[in-house]
Amino acid sequence: MSVAITYTSREEIDVHKFSLGVSVGIPLLAIFIQVFLPTRLRFLTIFDLPLLVTIFFAVARRRPIPGLITGAAIGMLQDAFTHHFIGLNGIANTIVGYLASSLGVRLDVENPGSRFLMTFGFYLLHQLIYALLGALLVGTSEAFNWGHLLVAALSNALLAVVLFVGLDRLKMQA
Amino acid sequence: LCLPPWRIIMESFFGRYKNALVLILVLFIQIVILATQVKRADNPKAPNSGSTRLIRVWAVTAATPIERALVGTGHFFRNTWHNYVNLTQIRRQNQELQEQVARLKIEQVRLKEDAEQARRLQALVGFQEKFISQTVAAQVIGTSGSDLSRVIYIDKGSRAGIKTDMAVITPDGIVGKVKEVFPLSSQVLMINDRDSGAGVILEKSRLQGVLRGTVQGETIVDGVMADEKVEAGERVISSGGDRIYPKGFPVGMVTSVAPDRESGAFLAIKVKPAADLNRVEEVLVVTRMAEQAPVLAGEQGRVRAADILAQRLPSVPKTEQKPGQAGQGDAPGTSADQPKKPKTAAQTSTTTGASPNDNSGEPGKKPASGSGPAEPGKKPFTGASTAAGPRVKKTGAPPDQKTTGASPNADSGAPGKKSDTGSSTAEPGKKPLNGASTAAKPKAKKPAAPPDQSQPEATPPPGNPATENPKPVQPPPDRENPLR
Repeated sequence: MSVAITYTSREEIDVHKFSLGVSVGIPLLAIFIQVFLPTRLRFLTIFDLPLLVTIFFAVARRRPIPGLITGAAIGMLQDAFTHHFIGLNGIANTIVGYLASSLGVRLDVENPGSRFLMTFGFYLLHQLIYALLGALLVGTSEAFNWGHLLVAALSNALLAVVLFVGLDRLKMQA
Repeated sequence: LCLPPWRIIMESFFGRYKNALVLILVLFIQIVILATQVKRADNPKAPNSGSTRLIRVWAVTAATPIERALVGTGHFFRNTWHNYVNLTQIRRQNQELQEQVARLKIEQVRLKEDAEQARRLQALVGFQEKFISQTVAAQVIGTSGSDLSRVIYIDKGSRAGIKTDMAVITPDGIVGKVKEVFPLSSQVLMINDRDSGAGVILEKSRLQGVLRGTVQGETIVDGVMADEKVEAGERVISSGGDRIYPKGFPVGMVTSVAPDRESGAFLAIKVKPAADLNRVEEVLVVTRMAEQAPVLAGEQGRVRAADILAQRLPSVPKTEQKPGQAGQGDAPGTSADQPKKPKTAAQTSTTTGASPNDNSGEPGKKPASGSGPAEPGKKPFTGASTAAGPRVKKTGAPPDQKTTGASPNADSGAPGKKSDTGSSTAEPGKKPLNGASTAAKPKAKKPAAPPDQSQPEATPPPGNPATENPKPVQPPPDRENPLR
């Protein structure tokens, strides 16, 4: 697979925006699917749709503050459905949202290759932050299953390539 | 152009780092939210030791160094003042203290005698005493800052071995108990907080109650019935029943007594705490309370009252019984029909001649030792302890036993009483050491019982508390020295 990452100036990058319905509805739908579908199809837990949506919105908007706020909101809502403490996913998604939007300013993340690599990296980063927070704040210590982690990162990266193409249709030119 | 320079700098700073600042703010908010939910165990090695919310740990940990520094600075200046300016006072104070030490030394000798006596008596009744075996000195570094929460913070935490529910005291009296423990500090709930409670005894009337705090920061004793008589000025001490505060430690003094408005059946007894709770600076945290029976000097095993009686009473001569006489002295069948039992108090006293059974088979014969049944109406053990008083000269024998040996002798020569008293000793439900003497009186006029009838009574029934265990002989003393 050839990956094309092109450096662009800020003027060359398209900045997109989304309607309110899309901005609210898509994250909610992603969380709903994430919560609901694995009850029927257990293997779907490997995907992290809210994270992918966070990355997509952050990259598309290319503005760090909306990116991190979107990440925080999606992450905390995601936490609300777990039995874990509220804020673990929130903090991880906030950082991912901030970095993704910052990255979107500097790199062309419109092509599938860069999207694949970006999602792969952000998924690993998300898991790392989550584990660190668990160890430092909550006091849990879970050993990394590196094999499973890599498979999950690859799966999410592949899904992101497909998903982002679909979500691109909801973009509006800013 | 008209803006002041600081504003230009601030605006350029916030404009330049806006994104990063917002990120930090959002992360901070979420971490705070997380910290309000997460609870961390006070002692990571013991998961069931209780836990504290992370936000509280952080807040206290952040505030502790500042409070420490402030208190430390204050102490530094105050100590400097005391050391260099008040030297003259200290010289005079030193002289006074020397005199006080001399006085206390004399008093200590007397108290030592009392303590020895108390220990002996406690050992006799198998009293399990609790005393403070380890304390940690701590300095008060902060308060809750609210009248609704009467807590203080001390500068010792889990690293110093502090745990929740440990008693916090001063030499004047109890202060409170440890409520929350942090690594370097602890939160102490004072006894005048409305959520606190401590088991107390009114020293004079011996009434028990629960000491509680009020919203106003006063301390009252609950649970004392309205018909009890309690006077202002009476001292209140800890009962030890709450298993937090050491027993017998000063709590305060009754200032007023009135019927409880809410429940008329009880009294509302206001107490002025012995420790000045508004000016507590240094406290002791009781980190270990030991519980053990007092050990008599030179004691090898469990000592029975009768053993001590036999060993230490010079006034009670040994029995001069010959083997043949012993058989005669016992009621028929006593030694032959029954298997030998371990010596009980009553049986042991037979050897010393204190038991009235000696000559139960021979109504007319005087006991060889000259000791006989107890004088009617006298209580050898209980009466003796009061008669002996706390300042009996050390003779090696407990004072109560001294008199015990003496009183049965008084009537020893009276003929015709032996068999009767022998049977009365074993009267069911009576404490042999007391009962033996008291029962002698009414039955003294009865004719001697036939040997076969008196036999079952001659041997105290198994399980008689006084014969197998000297516990009921003497009630445990109410007070003890908690700081021993």
